[in-house]
Amino acid sequence: MLKTQAYNTGNDTVCFDEMLRPDFSARECYRTLFEWLQRQSPGGIRAKQAEADAIFRRLGITFAVYGAAEANERLIPFDLIPRVISAAEWRFLERGIEQRVRALNAFLHDIYHRQEIVRAGRIPSELVNGNSAFLPQMMGFDPPRGVYSHIIGTDIVRTEEDGFFVLEDNLRTPSGVSYMLENRETMMHLFPELFAAHRVAPVERYPELLRQTLQSVAPSGCDGEPAVAVLTPGIYNSAYFEHAFLADQMGVELVQGSDLVVEDGALWMRTIRGRARVDVLYRRIDDAFIDPLNFRPDSMLGVPGLFDLYRAGRVTLVNAPGTGIADDKAVYAYVPDIVEFYTGEKPILKNVQTFRCSIAEERGHVLEHLEELVVKEVHGSGGYGMLIGPRSTRQQRADFAERIRANPGNYIAQPTLALSTCPAFAGSGIGPRHVDLRPFVLVGDRVRVVPGGLTRVALKKGSLVVNSSQGGGTKDTWVLED
Amino acid sequence: MRIAVTHTTSYHSDTPARAVQALRLVPRSLRGQTVLSWQVRVEGAGGGLRYTDAFGNAVELMASHGPTTSVVITAEGVVETEDTAGVVGFPPEAVVPAVCLRNTALTEADDAIRAVAATCRRETALATLHAVLDGLHAAVAYGTGTTGSFTTAAAAFAAKRGVCQDHAHIFIAAARSLGLPARYVTGYLLTEEADAVAHHAWAEAMTPDLGWVGFDAANGQCPTDRYVRLAAGLDAAEAAPVRGVRLGAGSETLQVNVGVQASQSQSQSQG
Repeated sequence: MLKTQAYNTGNDTVCFDEMLRPDFSARECYRTLFEWLQRQSPGGIRAKQAEADAIFRRLGITFAVYGAAEANERLIPFDLIPRVISAAEWRFLERGIEQRVRALNAFLHDIYHRQEIVRAGRIPSELVNGNSAFLPQMMGFDPPRGVYSHIIGTDIVRTEEDGFFVLEDNLRTPSGVSYMLENRETMMHLFPELFAAHRVAPVERYPELLRQTLQSVAPSGCDGEPAVAVLTPGIYNSAYFEHAFLADQMGVELVQGSDLVVEDGALWMRTIRGRARVDVLYRRIDDAFIDPLNFRPDSMLGVPGLFDLYRAGRVTLVNAPGTGIADDKAVYAYVPDIVEFYTGEKPILKNVQTFRCSIAEERGHVLEHLEELVVKEVHGSGGYGMLIGPRSTRQQRADFAERIRANPGNYIAQPTLALSTCPAFAGSGIGPRHVDLRPFVLVGDRVRVVPGGLTRVALKKGSLVVNSSQGGGTKDTWVLED
Repeated sequence: MRIAVTHTTSYHSDTPARAVQALRLVPRSLRGQTVLSWQVRVEGAGGGLRYTDAFGNAVELMASHGPTTSVVITAEGVVETEDTAGVVGFPPEAVVPAVCLRNTALTEADDAIRAVAATCRRETALATLHAVLDGLHAAVAYGTGTTGSFTTAAAAFAAKRGVCQDHAHIFIAAARSLGLPARYVTGYLLTEEADAVAHHAWAEAMTPDLGWVGFDAANGQCPTDRYVRLAAGLDAAEAAPVRGVRLGAGSETLQVNVGVQASQSQSQSQG
């Protein structure tokens, strides 16, 4: 069904396509898939897509969209054409991601201890010590194995054959891993013949690796097999499905703050068989809400005294409180320096060029080039509160210029990237759509990068916003083995 | 001077509820004070969980076993003090001075505080801080009734009246607005007139040569050998000797009794 001439004409920007070269020949890792796509009939693909949608609806994988009045929950669109990454490309990404997460964990350890990087003048003191994502309460504390961020979802975009960039580091509570797992399971069910024709690296062991990682960072005084629990804010959280899914897949309890109690110098969960000790808490609640005694006193989601227990070394919180300072958008611009400072190596993965509006010179450049830039709020996420210059109206740009002038420290700007495209099933046929990639990394006794990740795809033709809150979809991501 | 302290905090409520409290009730030995003996007793809750926080405070976490109507916490001990003109120096602690430039909701300077602070700039940090001390002592009267535990530095400064907590918050806001790290300190003070007293609070600011130096804007002086230093934090909420959460409905009454005495002198309580 795939007509090569039609494939690229739907694309309104000139950018790198991961399947086809400009001469319409398939890149090596896509050759088998490309040939298979050409043999499929539109009706056949449409039937498979309907089958996939039915599977996801049955599983109940939905996503709450904040601020969407018409529907509180909806299905994240799933696109059934897999994204393929070659073994060599993956080795490069894996090395780069591992280098970056090691450096960022070293950075966290340093800024919560002697702050050598500040003393060395490599990062401004104010940016760290004055940052709302920096938690002074964490200073002087040594988390088990020195790990602060254990579960990371590094957002990567591609602009050319060798052009991979890290867009965001996501060291707080990254979500999306349940989609990676469900997408794979669905694909294996729908297209066994495609898996037979490729050597796809497995992702199914993720829950097992997650449990091992969590247990490997149990408090040093813990004897026996460490007990793990997943702390969720509850059913109204947009990622509740994932919290329940991961607890279930790991075979551990899913708890809310009201199920937990700090007593006798330990953390306990109430169960029908009495209280049971918790050694490692994988918390999917933001720092501010984990403990009303130490942070926001109005939080109903947390556990009073939990942070004191953590500092006393009686329970491990994953990720550590205060990791947000390392994925702060204003700190992002310094990550290449951070990598060099702690590893002594050149960064393998590039940063996207970033203009800091807090600096007068850079702000001037941003205000003069709003039409070409993407402007983001330093503390924003999920594609909210951003301006995409090339797609913006004159009025939107004027509004943003005013907001930047009023609070420059709150904004950064980046060039609009020509995100790579992958084939997607777009209703009437197959066309190129922009994608990004969120591989999932686990850091405990060692660093594990699960081969694959979550590919997010902007299903709207020409759109560059892949966030699920903005109508993006997901795809299965295949890392080929040699 | 040898100072004996008995500090009792009691919580009583009409309906039973679980109580969880973080105590910062143990002074540490540092320049100007040596802790000779100290103990904390708690009735109505169990504890045993201790750690040292970022500011070097010894923290103890107390949690009641199930719902309770009463928790009584008594800290008691003897501290040997000497007059260092407020100089605390560089006590071992994890927090770096630059952290004490951070503002909290209680210590945010407004234009009025910034304006007064700006007139206090002198050649050295120490001279500047003394100018702030004198300026605030003159500008803000001591008086109860106008401010409460959640009063901000800006509101207390506008009222031109407050208690020691307010004086400390305003001093901290002013010092930070001048780029000088400052923090909140709790402790005890033996007053001159009655030779007895209560719980007190003041500020510490960082100077390059002397390290941390105490400034008591409520009394217009640097701490002397009549002061016992208990705990430090970014503001009153963080440094509070007892910070608690009560899990349950119903009202609660709080009573704090502090007796501080010079060895063998008479003690007096203040509610």
